Amino acid sequence: MGAKVSTETTRPMSFLLVQALSGLATAATLFLVSSGLTIVFGVTRIVNFAHGSFYMVGAYAGWSLIERFGGSPAGFWGSVAAAALAMGALGAAMEIGLLRRLYRSPELFQLLGTFGVVLVVQDLTAWTWGPEDLLGRRAPGLKGSIDILDQPFPLYDLVLIGLGPLVLGLLWLLFNRTRWGTLVRAATQDREMTSALGVDPARLFTGVLFLGCALAGLGGALQVPREAVTLQMDMAIVVEAFVVVVVGGMGSLTGAFLASLLIGQLQAFGILVFPQITLVLVFLFMAVVLVLRPHGLLGRADEVPPTAPATVTVPLSAGRHAGTWALALLAILAAAPLVAGDYALILLTEVVILALFAASLHLLIGLGGLVSFGHAAWFGLGAYGSALLVKHLGAPMPLALAGAPVLAGLGALVAGWFCVRRSGLYFAMLTLAFAQIAWSITFQWYAVTGGDNGILGVWPPAWAAGKATYYWLTLALCGGTLWLLRRAAFAPFGYALRAGRDSGLRAESVGIDTRRFQWMAFVLAGTAAGLAGGLYAFAKGSVFPTLLAVPQSVDALVMVLMGGIQTVAGPLAGAVVFHLLESEVMSLTDWWRLVLGLIIVALVLVFPRGIVGFLSGIGRRA
Amino acid sequence: MSEPLLTVDGLQAWYGRAHILDGIALTVGRGEVVALMGRNGAGKTTTLKAIMGLVERRAATLRFDGRDLSALPAHRVARLGVGYVPEDRRIFADLTVEENLEVGRQPPRPGAPAWTPEKLFALFPNLAEMRGRRGTRMSGGEQQMLTLARTLMGNPSLLLLDEPSEGLAPLIVRQMAEAVRRLKAEGLSVLLSEQSLSFASAVADRACVIETGRPRWTGTMAELMADDGVRAAYLAV
Repeated sequence: MGAKVSTETTRPMSFLLVQALSGLATAATLFLVSSGLTIVFGVTRIVNFAHGSFYMVGAYAGWSLIERFGGSPAGFWGSVAAAALAMGALGAAMEIGLLRRLYRSPELFQLLGTFGVVLVVQDLTAWTWGPEDLLGRRAPGLKGSIDILDQPFPLYDLVLIGLGPLVLGLLWLLFNRTRWGTLVRAATQDREMTSALGVDPARLFTGVLFLGCALAGLGGALQVPREAVTLQMDMAIVVEAFVVVVVGGMGSLTGAFLASLLIGQLQAFGILVFPQITLVLVFLFMAVVLVLRPHGLLGRADEVPPTAPATVTVPLSAGRHAGTWALALLAILAAAPLVAGDYALILLTEVVILALFAASLHLLIGLGGLVSFGHAAWFGLGAYGSALLVKHLGAPMPLALAGAPVLAGLGALVAGWFCVRRSGLYFAMLTLAFAQIAWSITFQWYAVTGGDNGILGVWPPAWAAGKATYYWLTLALCGGTLWLLRRAAFAPFGYALRAGRDSGLRAESVGIDTRRFQWMAFVLAGTAAGLAGGLYAFAKGSVFPTLLAVPQSVDALVMVLMGGIQTVAGPLAGAVVFHLLESEVMSLTDWWRLVLGLIIVALVLVFPRGIVGFLSGIGRRA
Repeated sequence: MSEPLLTVDGLQAWYGRAHILDGIALTVGRGEVVALMGRNGAGKTTTLKAIMGLVERRAATLRFDGRDLSALPAHRVARLGVGYVPEDRRIFADLTVEENLEVGRQPPRPGAPAWTPEKLFALFPNLAEMRGRRGTRMSGGEQQMLTLARTLMGNPSLLLLDEPSEGLAPLIVRQMAEAVRRLKAEGLSVLLSEQSLSFASAVADRACVIETGRPRWTGTMAELMADDGVRAAYLAV
């Protein structure tokens, strides 16, 4: 930093210019990737989580081809094009194999299904190219740099800067001057009418996925000379592309271009001013834009994604003997330490904690119809709340545990105010953004959180250190909170929430302040997840930023989905099955992402109503 | 007598779990204009959508031009020569008039009039003046004309017209009726759903009256106009 600052004082103009140019180069890549995402979204109305995976594999494939053929300019650019086309073909295959079956599914299934693909692709990529970061060769003929006001600037980046507007122009021509483009724009507005005019929507959509994924692959392959090719590229880029697409207005190409430019500059200059919180800056920018311009910079109100018909069509039922069953289950669980060994108790403790985590998410999804993609934020904040109280203030465990739901609840109070302003996909994106903010704080604020190293030594005091004691404590706290959540579901609060879910307009017209109830639910769910997080910190003895990361949020969604959204008991069953799968089956293999990804895809395709829903369906049919 | 162009029998349709059509039966002969009549909610729109394949459907018979439609998706039905004009004027608002027509374009087929944008602009002179205009900046009547013209670009031999006169100013309704008569003269067959007796009687040869998803009466338009009992039972509001 010191060197940069002195440069800034001696040659401010040239330095700022070069910084702006490198922001433009970043923007070009960002635009290539997010244009693909926004095109695919515009037509299919699916937010393709796997879009970043095509970027990553595009980079890997590009690396291999460039190593082999990239010695000459023709070979280099041919390799880049071939990698892009290959990604297009893979994208088309994904449309045919997976997306085609999800067009009528609720967005939760679409996001989860494509996230399953992310996991599968991660393992397949690691299997093909190995876990090491790869450094590619520079582009032939563009290896040097030129001096701009005495500051060197890489030639290759200059080419990238030109490529952004070029691709925007070509896409504009494609969509406005060709029959295919006209059909795509028509299908974007009204799929059904387009097919009634004799256009095969399936072929059109396959073509759109080809184009979108080829753009992602192009963006990836173009990175080979600039930076190392790694297995972390996929999530990093897709989250940024989400931000670009949401800021630009979902489905708007020009909006994506504009947003890419803004975010490129924000990153280029943000790193000078706030080097510690560059990641936060981007997401804060998105939150501010969405509050000021709810549909993004160039998005329009009528292009709001038609939120798939409520995730729930079967009314949530209380069940006649639910109370009796719950008490019986509690009694059995409470008696477990009499027979179970230490390992089983540790497992059970985690299951009970995760059950609360999943149930708190279910409150949002099942009752509120609000699909949160960042619920891990509150779980993780709770965990960090406890850990920080112990680490920095030496707080005793009861106080630290009390701090967990308080910190998570406060976080949810602030984030919820933003998030409940939007519904459907925008809500999912906003929650994801806030989770990324929370994650990047724990990741980057090294002095307080220890960054990647986490916080260690968060153990219960002697009186609660026994596995059985801590298990009972967990059971009592989680059981009590679950009981409260259940009470809330069948109280006027729960009815108001469900009314808002099923028809926001009608709920408003009978005087229910839908947004306020959703905000309350958000805070309640966050608080409960925070308590689960605090308990988890003491159960594990440590906390890490991964507790707030996207995969943790997805775990919770999978638990809810496994259990089925329609039942209050569902998330509990889901947590049990998921945790057993995770600790007993997936730990047996190094390829757990592959296994988990395939499970998720299968769940989405085969059991759209979850395990409990599936079983009760069988019961009813029998 | 040769087989009618369209034969529908025992047509059932659902919206989710709601059973909307229960045994609709009707025929449309070549060059014939048939009015599908009934009150609001009788199932007229659903019948047209079911023929087109836009709702979940099942039928004892659903034949068009010697082909079985009952298992075909909408785009295949359209490509066989069935043109669908929805009631809610679903034009592509972001597309210009010419682009809207381009979306509807299909290759010409034997036995059906072949349309070009120029021929359609002659039929609907209003549209000619706004070829570069986007759908958002058109009046309701202009949108209705564009919807019809767009479907004609597919060179259909049968037109399914859903409530063509609904919500239009009297002058536009007269233009619409004139257009339907011109299409009939060109050799097109038409099945139109209609609540307005005056519009139907101005263009249709025969009528098929339905109520709560079931067929109730069928006969010539003249017979319907003469039968006060049928009109009172199924059409009067």
